[in-house]
Amino acid sequence: MAGTTDGTRTVQVHQVSIRATPEAIWEAITRPEWAERYGYRTPVEYELRPGGTYKALASAEMKAMGSPDVAVEGTVIEVDPPRRLVQTWHPVWDAETSAEPVTRLTYEIEPGESGVTKLTVIHDVTDAPRVAAQVGGEIPGAGGGWSAQLGELRALLEAAGNSAAGSSAAGNGAVTPDGVQEAGR
Amino acid sequence: MITRGEPLAGLTCDQMVTYFEAVPDDDRVFKALADPTRRFLLDLLFARDGRTLTELESELEMSRFGVMKHLRVLEEAGLVVTRRSGREKLHFLNPVPIRLIHDRWIDKYTERHASALADLKAELEE
Repeated sequence: MAGTTDGTRTVQVHQVSIRATPEAIWEAITRPEWAERYGYRTPVEYELRPGGTYKALASAEMKAMGSPDVAVEGTVIEVDPPRRLVQTWHPVWDAETSAEPVTRLTYEIEPGESGVTKLTVIHDVTDAPRVAAQVGGEIPGAGGGWSAQLGELRALLEAAGNSAAGSSAAGNGAVTPDGVQEAGR
Repeated sequence: MITRGEPLAGLTCDQMVTYFEAVPDDDRVFKALADPTRRFLLDLLFARDGRTLTELESELEMSRFGVMKHLRVLEEAGLVVTRRSGREKLHFLNPVPIRLIHDRWIDKYTERHASALADLKAELEE
């Protein structure tokens, strides 16, 4: 049973439909050059195998607020590109979140009709109320949580897709973050 | 804006129709929110997520079928996401569409408001 009795949301589900391929979404989640372009704007380092490490490096802004160089630590649990990624996720950017237990994060990427892909982020934040509040977007000035991240990811990928489609060199639909003029606005 | 009138049906571009069917757009979200029972269901899920139909039904003076119908509208708008857990189907609040509407329709105006205040402050302090 996923629900709780004390009013804390222990499993958060965030879903967004993006006009992009599952591969493009997978890359945007797992590659450092993409992760710098949306959300917390922290480069990520993934060892994409079960047991591999995950690191999200702190942005200058996070460091200014006292975060260590690695802002989020984790371990990869399950890798099935470009469909499913399961990992632990432990933000250590402040003392409060560091003290909370490690959370579990699942990305599910599901292709739909007409080039629209559904991305679902399932975040099990059991017994981690501080992390839950932050990723749930309940703390003003803490980045807006998953809703903001996924909204920006969608804007970024759709802008990248449009610029790739607009250029004559649009090959097999591969897009790079470099081609994007603006996103997330 | 395209209406759902009969005479137009034959003229509608198939691709566009599929696109709008697949992407929960603003219209669906606004329509889903324009009903007090559905807003109440969202509030219930906000208070505690991951509930079954039976749990949600117990909070409403409404038939199971009625609650199901409302949940389906919310699901089609992307505001509710269901997940299977063993034999149970759990309902989760998905706040992303509301966030997108906020960014599209509210930020725009509040930013202008904020910048107008900033301009006023600058003017007064000159």
